[in-house]
Amino acid sequence: MRPFAFKRAAAPADAVKFVAANRDARFIAGGTNLVDLIKEGVDSPNELVDISRLPLSTVRSMPGGGITIGALAKNTDTANHPIVRKDFPLLTQAILAGASPQIRNMATNGGNLMQRTRCHYFYDLATPCNKRQPGSGCAAKDGLNRYSAIFGWSDSCVAVHPSDMCVALAALDAMVNVQGMDGKTRTIKFTDFHRLPEASPEKDNTLAHGELIVSIDVPKNNFAANSYYLKVRDRASYAFALVSVAAALHVERGTIRSARLALGGVAHKPWRAAAAESFLAGKRAEIGVFQQAAELAVKDAKPLSENGYKVKLAQRAVAKALGRAANL
Amino acid sequence: MINEFFQDGPSRVDGRAKVTGTATYVAEHRFPNMAYGYLVQSTIARGRILEIDAAEAEKQPGVVKVLSHLNLQKLALPERPAGTIPRPFYALTSPDVLFNAQPIAVVVADTFEQARFAASLVKVKYEQAPHQTDLEKAVSSAFTSGREQADRGTPAEAFAASEFKVEAEYTIPIEHHNAMEPHATVANWTDGKLTVYDKTQGIQGTTGYLASAFGIDRSNIRVLSPFVGGAFGAALRPGPNLIVAAMASREVKRPVKVVYSRRQLATAHGYRPESIQTLKISANKDGKLTSIIHEAVHNTSAHENFSESLVGVSRNLYSCPNVRTVAKIARTDLQTPLWMRAPGMVSGAWALESALDELSYKLKIDPMQLRLINYAETDPESGRPFSSKELRECYKQAAERFGWSKRKPEPRSMRDGKLLVGWGMATGTWPASQAPASARVTLNLDGTVRVESGTTDIGPGTYTTMTIIAARTMGVQIEKVTFVLGDSELPPSPGQGGSTTTSSVGTAVQEACELVLKQLVEHANKMEGSPFVGVDPETVVAEDAAILVKGKPETKRKFADILRQNNLQNVSLLHRSTPDQGRRSRYTIASHAAQFVEVKVDEEIGRVRVTRAVQGTAAGRIVNPKGAHSQEMGGVVWGVGMALMEKTEIDHKLGRIMNPNLAGYHVPVNADIGEIETIFVVEVDEIVNPLGAKGLGELGLVGIPAAIANAVFHATGKRVRDLPITPDKLI
Ligand SMILES: Cc1cc2nc3c(=O)[nH]c(=O)nc-3n(C[C@H](O)[C@H](O)[C@H](O)COP(=O)(O)OP(=O)(O)OC[C@H]3O[C@@H](n4cnc5c(N)ncnc54)[C@H](O)[C@@H]3O)c2cc1C
Repeated sequence: MRPFAFKRAAAPADAVKFVAANRDARFIAGGTNLVDLIKEGVDSPNELVDISRLPLSTVRSMPGGGITIGALAKNTDTANHPIVRKDFPLLTQAILAGASPQIRNMATNGGNLMQRTRCHYFYDLATPCNKRQPGSGCAAKDGLNRYSAIFGWSDSCVAVHPSDMCVALAALDAMVNVQGMDGKTRTIKFTDFHRLPEASPEKDNTLAHGELIVSIDVPKNNFAANSYYLKVRDRASYAFALVSVAAALHVERGTIRSARLALGGVAHKPWRAAAAESFLAGKRAEIGVFQQAAELAVKDAKPLSENGYKVKLAQRAVAKALGRAANL
Repeated sequence: MINEFFQDGPSRVDGRAKVTGTATYVAEHRFPNMAYGYLVQSTIARGRILEIDAAEAEKQPGVVKVLSHLNLQKLALPERPAGTIPRPFYALTSPDVLFNAQPIAVVVADTFEQARFAASLVKVKYEQAPHQTDLEKAVSSAFTSGREQADRGTPAEAFAASEFKVEAEYTIPIEHHNAMEPHATVANWTDGKLTVYDKTQGIQGTTGYLASAFGIDRSNIRVLSPFVGGAFGAALRPGPNLIVAAMASREVKRPVKVVYSRRQLATAHGYRPESIQTLKISANKDGKLTSIIHEAVHNTSAHENFSESLVGVSRNLYSCPNVRTVAKIARTDLQTPLWMRAPGMVSGAWALESALDELSYKLKIDPMQLRLINYAETDPESGRPFSSKELRECYKQAAERFGWSKRKPEPRSMRDGKLLVGWGMATGTWPASQAPASARVTLNLDGTVRVESGTTDIGPGTYTTMTIIAARTMGVQIEKVTFVLGDSELPPSPGQGGSTTTSSVGTAVQEACELVLKQLVEHANKMEGSPFVGVDPETVVAEDAAILVKGKPETKRKFADILRQNNLQNVSLLHRSTPDQGRRSRYTIASHAAQFVEVKVDEEIGRVRVTRAVQGTAAGRIVNPKGAHSQEMGGVVWGVGMALMEKTEIDHKLGRIMNPNLAGYHVPVNADIGEIETIFVVEVDEIVNPLGAKGLGELGLVGIPAAIANAVFHATGKRVRDLPITPDKLI
């Protein structure tokens, strides 16, 4: 671990100023991801700016009926917030499917969006990894890629985004509010927040260095009665998803008015299954339909040497999650 | 003078210390002026170190020195040129790189953080050589492990002639122990004497190792290991931390602490080797086994021939006239494997007990029935009787508790809502050995009893077990007994391995206590009117801190009174117990278990949950009931890990372990574990040792992986022969 300076930001603008001024500075919130990365030498900032005491931890209803979630609200508090539990149960389920209670008690929502991949090679300094060290190569593509992407990967990176919470947020058309150097807030569509690796996998998302996530908005929806988060993993808890599915349906008298479907563990970002969503709209909420939607959801999958199973698993998980969402 | 043991045993005597943090583990020890050593590990799997550039590292604040083979004083070991086998690995003594993440240097600094940071600045140049870490590729040059045994009968002919047979291949990946406590050593040289706190399962072995490495007499070495945070075999051989800390301390003339990080731990010690096994078994239509042909190969390192017996289980678990076993090892450029809980046996049983299950479906005979049909009344290998074997009772009681008779034989025939339900079972066994051990027992005037033995307690509850044995034998309360272990200055005892501690050390403790009671009788007899004069010593018993002639309360003489009357502060003696090998050798001595599990499978997404397990155990006298229950429960938990999730992932191109942490290497969490019941059947064994106790720490695991795979087959109709059974293998 490289020696580093530690500052505590008194206001969001301060935090932005400190970090924007120094390429090697990082915000630190719960520290559950960043501290590990520093200990492993994967990231070696020379300055940490503590944002954990900034007043960005409220969860409240928005005038239009949606909800706004503070970037520094803890994952646990967010999942268990009464409005979230009642109106956005998909988000509750997704958050509670992640990590462990101890970690969720420390982890913040902003940190959850910003957590980095769990690809084995990213964590091992002795191996090539374009995400960690641009230009060094991707050892996973022809190596251990059982956990890697089946969608949207590039020759330079096959890593997946590890978050569960983000899969639900992608499905629910969330928006991310970020504050920049100019003191202004800009809003990024959640589905545009994370990016595909292309030729620059070192960039996980579209946030500029020094920009601070202040909150996440989730618009009002009609999915509360029919949503489900399904996570398939190698053990019952405390493991990242092999594949996960956030399914949300607005069902009226057996007919699907609209559907949202996002997959986790399959791409460099939470993966929205747009074709399957449009297929579902207007159809009856029944198993046969869900199976067809599931087929569509994985149609363009491109598995690697060890993760062919993910295509089948994702397909089955989609059908199952939709079935659960529809209470079938 | 044997008393009956407690029915419901006491709780751990070291429990409070452990949960309140007063039980100190190696890394928690500090000495004045202590320095910290942080290891630098290789980034290639094979080759030679050409250069170590430590200039940048040595400039950092707090750094004392960067040490490696280039500047460390030589050990007192005989030269073994490269290519000699075995050539045990001594860290930082040679430029040769034998495996990836091999320790190649140590940075010594004033603080741990300084050492760790400076370690990241050490630059190493290598001459790289081609490596092979893939057993599947190495297997073509496998060679015999030296465990050949002559065929029994004519296995090939019998197999060919049989109508009902199974031929299949079973594989297990490398698995790591992943104990909570990392390997660590604090070493301190003063005036030519060496003191170490070391994570070890064997005080004596560690002392001897240091003595030969440094060419000094054992009397100049003190090894302490009072608490071990789990080891499971990983600390049966000294780790690089030991030799590195000791060499570094000698060099910098300060106490040095070396603690492995979780990531580094994957090469701090060996692992359960990767194995490929082929089973051919056959039976006649009544289910009587006609042949077992068991061939196994597992990996070893390039520099040592490690082998464990995977095939032994096929020679004596069932009665079968025709048996062939072939055991081979193959070289890989990895750290040498090491014993890991139930070494060899659990791997072999995984194959044999799976194959038997497969055979049961071909025969349409219930899997437990098939095992009963082939029950070995005597050891089929040697023909010797078993010293005791209540395995039949294990099957009976555990099956009854489990509800086995309600099992529908057809695969996929049992359901719970949408989930498929499967019931599977297997048999476990483990040899019950006994080694010489010693103990010192001191009975004090104040009624306390101090018992000392240089053994270790890696977690099974040795502190408690020995306390129970001493308290019961001496007829005093548990609270009066203090058991001391983990110090080379204590009476020597064997290392904790092979489930032999209760048998070996427990016997020494019991015998030593009995000798103290005998001395008390002698002291009593020096007094006028002693009720014990001329009395058969066998009829003298101890209770309530007194001795008396059995059934004659009026003969009771308090320990304290006897001591006082003799002007004694205490009675103390050292005893070395040796197994009665002559008697033992006329028998086959082993523990046995019948293991039943229920799984529920969500077939769509390949999710398996082990919802229930019942272990029936026959292990002689159960000295420490709570400890025994925990051990057998732990065996199931371990088996769940082995069956469903554990795997050390290696990138063979890089020759490197890629999941060396607890997020990447999955062991069961609470949510993975269902109900576990343990049953200990009554088993009286007068041969095994005077205690009548057999080992059970490893036994509880032996059949579990196979039982789970068998249950998965029963649930789904899918036979998975390649561990672990992860969701991708079931969809
Ligand atoms: C063993 C383990 C298992 C886990 N399992 C799961 C799992 O199954 N599913 C899952 O979803 N997650 C899992 N996690 C990840 C966990 O959810 C994240 O570590 C956590 O959400 C990160 O939040 P934090 O506040 O601790 O972030 P920190 O570690 O403090 O920060 C992480 C990154 O985010 C940046 N950052 C933090 N806040 C902001 C902000 N407001 N604006 C801009 N940048 C910011 C930091 O600079 C840093 O780069 C696991 C973690 C661990 C350690």
